[in-house]
Amino acid sequence: MSISLQEIVFYIVGACIVVSSVLAVTTGKILRAATYLLFVLFGTGAIYGVLGYTFLGAVQLMVYAGGIVVLYVFSILLTRSDKDMKYRQSRARLVAVLLTVTVGAALVLFLVFTNGFALNLIPQGVELPVERIGRALIGTGKYEFVLPFEAVGVLLLACMVGAILIARKESGKSKE
Amino acid sequence: MEIEIHVIHYLVISTVMMFCGIYGFFTRKNLLALLISVELMLNAVNVNFAVFNRYLFPDRLEGHFFSLFGIAVAAAETAVAIAIIINVYRNVKQVLTDDITDLKG
Repeated sequence: MSISLQEIVFYIVGACIVVSSVLAVTTGKILRAATYLLFVLFGTGAIYGVLGYTFLGAVQLMVYAGGIVVLYVFSILLTRSDKDMKYRQSRARLVAVLLTVTVGAALVLFLVFTNGFALNLIPQGVELPVERIGRALIGTGKYEFVLPFEAVGVLLLACMVGAILIARKESGKSKE
Repeated sequence: MEIEIHVIHYLVISTVMMFCGIYGFFTRKNLLALLISVELMLNAVNVNFAVFNRYLFPDRLEGHFFSLFGIAVAAAETAVAIAIIINVYRNVKQVLTDDITDLKG
């Protein structure tokens, strides 16, 4: 059995994701947490690429790595929260959290491993053509998605207006 | 061309990501760190949508588009949440969950 390039890439990326996501929630500095989050998002984009959804991977890189993480870094610096995050936690609370997380993860992993996924082969390396995505995104028939597409457009517009309105500085209280 | 990456391996990765997010959501106190944990959880869900679409119905696109719209909704949520956090910082001068108790009266 020979190991293909895609398998090597997948396992390296998977290890990177696991390590980075553990570090992102345990590190003491919030800027480092944002950086580890960036690595996790990069790795997720690579996994979409391995699955053949290269368009989804590109969207992931542009929206998350290009937009959201930059927004995070800006707001971390704006709120001056780049300090040590070692807060004192009560021992009972920490034990409860660790118990919840380990039991939950064990339960989910048990379900995954005992489910017996039948064929266990994913058709990979077959790239999804962008033309199909575009046609499905603007079609009105069955399994076509023009309505959610428009709804997401309206949602993004609304959230843009809302974000500007919320974060705006109070400009002079002499208006009323 | 079929390559033998077991579907379970994808699911293990997304499970670890999900529970890291949950752990962070319970232990962090900074609002921005909480938001980072939420981001991890959303990301795990998106991976699962894409993987199950590829695994169950490789010739259809439902999970792919669900993932795509999930990314868009996550972006919208983050923008609004960060605006709110900046506004909270402006009023309270602090972004820790212990200090934001004004609604308690």
